[in-house]
Amino acid sequence: MSFFEVLTIIIPSTLLTAAPLIFTSLGGVFSERSGVVNIGLEGLMQVGAFTAAIATLGLEHAGVGSASPWIAILLAAVAGGIFSLIHAVVSISFRADQTVSGVALNFLALGLTIFLVKMIYDGKGQTPYIGHNIDKINIPGLSQIPFFGPIFFQQVTYTSYLAILVSFLVWFVIFKTAFGLRLRSVGEHPAAADTLGINVSKMRYIGVTLSGVFGGIGGAVYLVTITSNYNVSTIAGQGFLALAALVFGKWHPIGAMGASLFFGFAQALSITSQQIPYLDQLPSVIMLTAPYVLTLIVLTGFVGRAEAPKADGVPYIKGQR
Amino acid sequence: MKVNAFLKKINWMTLLIPVISVVLGLVCGAVIMFAIGYNPLLAYQSIIESIFLQPYYGGETIRAMIPLVLAGLAVAFAFRTGLFNIGVEGQLMVGWFASVACAIIFGHLPKFILLPMSVVAGGAAGALWGFIPGLLKARFKVHEVISTIMMNYIALYTTAYLIKNFLYTEGERTPTIPQAASLSSAFLANLTQGSRLHWGFVVAIIAVTAMWFMLWKTTKGYELRAVGFSPDASEYAGMNVGGNIILSLTISGIFAGLAGAMEGLGTYQYMTINSAFTGIGFNGIAVALLGLNTPVGVTLAGALFAGLQTGGMTMQSNAGVPVELIQIIIALIIFFVGSGYVIKWAADRLKRKGHKS
Amino acid sequence: MSYAIEMRHIRKEFPGIVANDNITLQVEEGEIHALFGENGAGKSTLMNVLFGLYQPDQGEIYVHGKKAVINDPNEATRLGIGMVHQHFMLIDKFTVAENIILGREPRKHGILDLAKAVKLVKELSEKYGLDVDPNKKVEDITVGMQQRVEILKTLYRGSDIIIFDEPTAVLTPIEIQELIVIMKRLVKEGKSIILITHKLKEIFEACDRCTVIRRGRNIDTVAISETNPSDLASMMVGRKVNVQINDAPYEPKERILEIDHLNVLDSRKVNVIKDLNLTVHGGEILGIAGVDGNGQTELIEAIAGLRKVRDGSIKIGGRDVTNQKTRKIIEAGLGYIPEDRQKHGLVLDFSVGENMVLQTYYKKPYAQAGILKNKVITKKAKQLIEEFDVRTPNEKTLARSLSGGNQQKVIVAREVDRSPQLLIAAQPTRGLDIGAIEFIHGKLLEEKKKGKAVLLVSFELDEILHLSDRIAVIYEGHIIDIVNPKETDENELGLLMAGRRKGGA
Repeated sequence: MSFFEVLTIIIPSTLLTAAPLIFTSLGGVFSERSGVVNIGLEGLMQVGAFTAAIATLGLEHAGVGSASPWIAILLAAVAGGIFSLIHAVVSISFRADQTVSGVALNFLALGLTIFLVKMIYDGKGQTPYIGHNIDKINIPGLSQIPFFGPIFFQQVTYTSYLAILVSFLVWFVIFKTAFGLRLRSVGEHPAAADTLGINVSKMRYIGVTLSGVFGGIGGAVYLVTITSNYNVSTIAGQGFLALAALVFGKWHPIGAMGASLFFGFAQALSITSQQIPYLDQLPSVIMLTAPYVLTLIVLTGFVGRAEAPKADGVPYIKGQR
Repeated sequence: MKVNAFLKKINWMTLLIPVISVVLGLVCGAVIMFAIGYNPLLAYQSIIESIFLQPYYGGETIRAMIPLVLAGLAVAFAFRTGLFNIGVEGQLMVGWFASVACAIIFGHLPKFILLPMSVVAGGAAGALWGFIPGLLKARFKVHEVISTIMMNYIALYTTAYLIKNFLYTEGERTPTIPQAASLSSAFLANLTQGSRLHWGFVVAIIAVTAMWFMLWKTTKGYELRAVGFSPDASEYAGMNVGGNIILSLTISGIFAGLAGAMEGLGTYQYMTINSAFTGIGFNGIAVALLGLNTPVGVTLAGALFAGLQTGGMTMQSNAGVPVELIQIIIALIIFFVGSGYVIKWAADRLKRKGHKS
Repeated sequence: MSYAIEMRHIRKEFPGIVANDNITLQVEEGEIHALFGENGAGKSTLMNVLFGLYQPDQGEIYVHGKKAVINDPNEATRLGIGMVHQHFMLIDKFTVAENIILGREPRKHGILDLAKAVKLVKELSEKYGLDVDPNKKVEDITVGMQQRVEILKTLYRGSDIIIFDEPTAVLTPIEIQELIVIMKRLVKEGKSIILITHKLKEIFEACDRCTVIRRGRNIDTVAISETNPSDLASMMVGRKVNVQINDAPYEPKERILEIDHLNVLDSRKVNVIKDLNLTVHGGEILGIAGVDGNGQTELIEAIAGLRKVRDGSIKIGGRDVTNQKTRKIIEAGLGYIPEDRQKHGLVLDFSVGENMVLQTYYKKPYAQAGILKNKVITKKAKQLIEEFDVRTPNEKTLARSLSGGNQQKVIVAREVDRSPQLLIAAQPTRGLDIGAIEFIHGKLLEEKKKGKAVLLVSFELDEILHLSDRIAVIYEGHIIDIVNPKETDENELGLLMAGRRKGGA
């Protein structure tokens, strides 16, 4: 197999697996930049994936057809946003430990979604397969470009490019708008923001809710592009992988995107390495654990210090400064 | 007389939070069931009847308690020293694997050597898995929440790989361990009409006692608690803060590793290739929080969750309620315990109102 | 005429204490008005009420003669009230301009217009003579410039009444002079200023009038031109201050602490202690005077083994302890009353009893073979609580629930009881009431009489002057001079602290 052929396998596969990670880790960026640690990304993806499955099936039933998965993604965003409010209320208003709340959120998401699946489908632990996926396609025009076309624009999904586009949008919002400045200020020094009349709780609620919206989208994209049905093991670690991408990307939207692509690449390699000369010699465990090992290494500071927002994880109590 | 003095010493306010949380969690569960059209009373009744009146489910409850309590101790021990060990899940897996691997590899040894050796292997593997995030924290200030999550996945994939390549047998699992390494007991099984109850509960009792003794009766425990509450003051007082952080996560890892060994040597007698986590480690977080990070509290909370999970099976068959409801209730209980500040605040308000009227 | 600010009969209660009890404050337009009182007298509470962070239980506020209800800082800002906080409310990773415009950002088509922000900040800083670099990050600028950023934040919001909360605590004497010039210029531009302070010198240099408060009540408001420092001081304290004077004869004994050519790096890897030499003898109190940030903290941390020594040596009782572990140094005879008593001196969630053995828990008689002897620890704790008059329900009470003075007594009891050869006391009385200050000063003097060496580090010149046998002035990481307290005064010390040696620049 030529190197070119290897690339045409690995790059589209990378883009496919990275897209849900990109969306979800961008959600994490919003939450943690506002000062709320979100271990619950996994649960938010589960809620998103579950909603996407149910919604797509429902819409298909109603005759919406191939637009179903796209509308389902939007509904999943809403569901994720609403579900994340639990984390917001408990960790911002009730001042619970944010890690504890995030752990409970994951518990609740898995329990609740499977509970509901069993309710809806007469005790079966999984949903039927959806009829309309968001398919891998050759992007018209671009896929005809010599060399680059087959690598980047054949057998890809629109959601991958949407995810990359959205990363730049998030970067713009966080670093170039007044909203972004305020969001970052409550994550760095909430007391200072408070004295300047910025409503710390409100900003943090927005940050957490956006993490829910993006986590929901991430889970939905995973479902409509990769698994096509929802069960107990549909989202098994994707949310934590997104969390790792967030840290690996140093809490920066573009960094998170880069890390997600890299983790997607590692996953793609672990799946496809059997077809690739030389790599088939390598135990797959190395590819599978690479994202986590590398994140640990990044955190040790050998590759430049990764610094979380200063007030990340610290509840803000008025008058305590 | 002594009992009275003891009762006086208890801080009722702190006890109130877990109790209220459990009640609220169960009430919310009942509301959910009622809303969907199940009979909550029948559901709870079937849980209680099964675990208290049917020896099999009673035995299974105690069996389920063993790893839960050990995982709870692991989380609680780290909490006591100011660390949040989300990595119990991974430490448990490597402990499980190491104990099973040890039992199989050294299967020719006599029981009085092989069994303790396999238990120790599980604890040691968990210790190693706790030591690494401890070292990363002490040496590079890597937050243990992130590093232990990473270690969980490394454990998941590594154990799966090792089983697949070195200890594989049909059914996506390791071979069954030799009798000489088994904790299972025909006597206990007969006593409980065929449950999987095994001698591991002795290990759990020893661990509960050890944690209490270590933290409150020894100088090392004093140090660990001091570092947990205030690393700065401890450093100024001449304690080795980094060393204590490493020690704390290592000991926490031992408890977690033992939890895994109990599953490997007791409940299952083998290890399957896992594509997802067991959930015991995450449940341990709930157990520790609800148990207020005390050894006795962890035991009680472990009993509650084990009972709910075991009884959840009969709830599903008798009342038709999906067993996932139990997970929802446990999640709600964690939320409530975590929101202790609000419960305290509300209780204070009620108390003050009571005084005024 | 109406006042810029008038607060009438303000009362504010917290659970257990009345922080403000019927306080009235009247600030005239265009004056610098001092709010003078001890730590804990209620100054900050009153200003937080004015700035909308707290709601008063009783009383009214008038701004420029109009009644105002100030529910939050936004409302205060809208009324033209700005506050320069004691602990700067600045975001380290943001630039100066970003910090100033935060919350009122200039925008172009909904997008943050940073170029305009920089321009606005430049204009303001020129208008008021407040030199700042708008594009620098706050973490990279000096403390003095950070304070100017704080002032600019209030000006950017159009404040005409500016509250300065203990603004000089972190400044060098020169920066203090600059600040006074700035305040006077602001008044000339039509602003009114409230200066919260407990330092007499500043009041007489900068202010027009002064309101004195004590234990939550206001004592009097006087014109500065019609009063004098000693009257104000006794008004603040409410009685003649019973000053503990170091009257025991000065008979230095053997050298206990010997520091030789010490060099230490700070956390930014800057050499903060440069070739420092110092000797403290048994039977003396050596006071270190200096402006905050001249290496005091790093010096003490190096002695205690908490910070690496790059070069040079430290000996305690003739034993070389350079770069030893803290525990080794404590065992060699170091006692330490740290500057931040809550963070470094106590484990707040430990009981008083547990805190009493924080350095000795592993030794006989408190432990044997690694097992704690809780009965012995309890007995010791009870004895120390009695001996040092710690006001606590019992030894099982958490240290957290004690008052600041009693927390400090726990630390002093613990350190003195170990009978160390060398006792370091860093800001030992900061934030304490007069009674606790007297008690602690008494204990330090007792240690001297017992023949121990005491190293006292304090920003309060009075404390240094009253207690020390010798005063070492630290400036930019080295001892610039050692003077005899009986032959010097605040003026000379002030000049030395600013780096000016006698007879030269």
